[in-house]
Amino acid sequence: MPASPVLPLIEVAPSPHVAEADSSTRRMMIDVLIALLPVLGIAVVVFRWFAVVQVGVCVLACLATEMVCCRARAKPLSLADGSVAVTGVILGLSLPWAAPWYIGVLASVMAVGLGKAVFGGLGYNIFNPAMVGRAFVMLSFARELGAAGYVVLESSLEVLTEPTPLMAAEEVTRAMGVEGLWPLFVGHLNGSPGETSAVALLLGGLYLCFRRSAAWAIPAGMILSGYVCAEVFYAAGLTMFPPLYHMFTGSFFFGAFFIATDPVTSPVIRRGQLAFGAGIGVLTMLIRVFSGYPEGVMFAVLLMNAAVPLLNRWTIPRPMGGPVAAP
Amino acid sequence: MSICAPAARRTFARGVHPRECKGLAENSQIEAIASPPKVRIPLLQHLGATCLATVKPRQEVEPGDVVGEATAPVAAPVHASVRGKVERATMVTLPNGRHVPAVPIAVADRQPLEGDALLEDVYGGDYPFTGLSRYLPEAIRDAARAAGLVGLGGAAFPTHIKLAPPERTPIDTLLVNGCECEPYLTADDQLMQFAPRPILAGALLAQRATGAGRVVVGVEANKPRAIRSLRRAAEGTEVEVAVLKPKYPQGGEKQLIAALLQRAVPTGKLPLDVGVVVLNVGTAAALARAVVRGRPLAHRVVTVSGGGIRRPANLLVPLGSSVRHLIEHCGGLRDDAARVVAGGPMMGFTLGTLDTPVTKGTSGITVLSQREVRHAAETACVRCGRCVEVCPMRLVPTKLGLAARAGNAELARRHHVAACIECGCCAYVCPAQLPLVQLIRLGKVLARS
Ligand code: SF4
Ligand code: SF4
Repeated sequence: MPASPVLPLIEVAPSPHVAEADSSTRRMMIDVLIALLPVLGIAVVVFRWFAVVQVGVCVLACLATEMVCCRARAKPLSLADGSVAVTGVILGLSLPWAAPWYIGVLASVMAVGLGKAVFGGLGYNIFNPAMVGRAFVMLSFARELGAAGYVVLESSLEVLTEPTPLMAAEEVTRAMGVEGLWPLFVGHLNGSPGETSAVALLLGGLYLCFRRSAAWAIPAGMILSGYVCAEVFYAAGLTMFPPLYHMFTGSFFFGAFFIATDPVTSPVIRRGQLAFGAGIGVLTMLIRVFSGYPEGVMFAVLLMNAAVPLLNRWTIPRPMGGPVAAP
Repeated sequence: MSICAPAARRTFARGVHPRECKGLAENSQIEAIASPPKVRIPLLQHLGATCLATVKPRQEVEPGDVVGEATAPVAAPVHASVRGKVERATMVTLPNGRHVPAVPIAVADRQPLEGDALLEDVYGGDYPFTGLSRYLPEAIRDAARAAGLVGLGGAAFPTHIKLAPPERTPIDTLLVNGCECEPYLTADDQLMQFAPRPILAGALLAQRATGAGRVVVGVEANKPRAIRSLRRAAEGTEVEVAVLKPKYPQGGEKQLIAALLQRAVPTGKLPLDVGVVVLNVGTAAALARAVVRGRPLAHRVVTVSGGGIRRPANLLVPLGSSVRHLIEHCGGLRDDAARVVAGGPMMGFTLGTLDTPVTKGTSGITVLSQREVRHAAETACVRCGRCVEVCPMRLVPTKLGLAARAGNAELARRHHVAACIECGCCAYVCPAQLPLVQLIRLGKVLARS
């Protein structure tokens, strides 16, 4: 054998040896953050420092909780994948803007601690962590986070003294009649910071779907079924708001594009994703119209999260060529 | 794809579009490599039983002499690829990690044919398209068996078995696979440009042996020169040249059949169960040579490419040459070479040693640089479903991975683990960088137990 010009060390690894460029968990999470930029921008324009403080508090609290949990379970710190920051931003955007700081902190601790860490961290949780945190504080601080939590009468910002379109609608705005849709669409109505502008949400959401960092079937299923439900309820006289109003208010779009699409807590198979989205759409409308809660996205998502293992099981596709023949 | 490339819509469902990287070796015409000082001919180069050595140490052999005899029905004999003197039997490690016995031959200084003369001998000369009826189906199969023909696309299944379909399953279509969908590889592309006639003659002979009514050569649209060359050669024959929209893994038998004929091969069955026989273009050319000239399979075309090799090339190589010999011929490895892969980067095996011999199934040697290999850190599965979207067999790879990790045979079976073709599409797109193919291989073993 001739002397070898060859390197002494050659890696041995399983195929495939190449990977799609720019495909990583971290990249997915960064995509979510990019997609949230328009929403964050509008939130800051409308709510000024309230939005900044709210989101900031939640992100910091989430990161801190993750650090503590990782230390406690002696797991390597996994902040780098960005998923915890995403949870923080979404939580911050979905809490009422005027909620006191400790509510943000508590919600974050619950989101990361109860929503994620107890299941074993990223990839193992069943329920959407941000919604777990939000549900916890919603149930514990009903008064602070009810409709009144969105209205600060002596605020210098005019929008903050307006009632929120959906939450206060039942009590306060009957007299106002149905508002025009335009302000809802571009966003200068009161609400949680993440809920004000349907345009910003749509923009970010489409980016996510285009990047394949969110499964398009989920928002598609949710928006379609939600619209049909709203149409039916409106026609039946069960709700005073026309369907488009339902679409553009509250956290419907926020939920469709940013909450329901959390990959970990949604189905992996296309048909399951459609059914999952459709389920959330229907449940949201049912809760909005028939329950005491003015908003239904949060509970709808949590309920459908619980159904994901079943959906995954029911939608196992038939392999090309059919199932393996029994021996 | 050049502008004059034919528009192609036909393809299979799902799959991925890895960076083709064919430009590296695409324009290198096939050159015959100089004989190495020694070849080691593995006695198992196919799917099936190991051959029995038929030569003694110190015996002189000529190119084409049988050195290993097939003793089982599913096996193919192996031949000397050079003139030389047999040495004491040894063991070699195949690319897939198997250790098998091999016949080493010290190569004589003077070879009967070398360089361009050898290339001309293997692929040149005329191959008739007419008067093939003088070859009886039985004679075609015997010639294939005697020549040690196996599938040259990678699976290395003995060809004479494919050409002998059982009577209860009539064959209506013979497909010739010129997809070469693996990135980097260009050997089949070059062969189609250089030697369309033996490929087409082989296809017509295989048609005779199987009784197929139709012969279709499937080529991806990213090989316009190969398509032109085949079309020109096929004028006046009944062979159709079908152009496919490039996608990985179109060269998989099941995917090719789906793309060209819209038929699904039942899980666990063979193409012949849907009336189809698929031959790789290289196999077809070798079949023509075996039948028309009575010459065995002792050489093959191998692409040596990748960012980690100095001078990518398409080489005609005597079987049994070491990978090291090929790499040296191509100027050696670059400093940032990271992995040496037998085959393409999607399904190939990494080599632990460069002493591995080239076998009948070695379609290429891809040397990946640090920059080209996958890098991102592995995380837990984020259940994004991307793997499900791309799986050409319509499986749920994430669940297969999970089943393997958890040792859950029941879950693996429920998700049809046996239907996986190990194409690697799922792992290619997985943002969590899970070694899904490796896990699935584990899962298959698990599910059988
Ligand atoms: S692509 Fe990877 S991370 Fe996504 S579901 Fe499949 S295995 Fe999980
Ligand atoms: S599960 Fe198997 S067949 Fe499906 S993409 Fe992965 S390797 Fe390919």
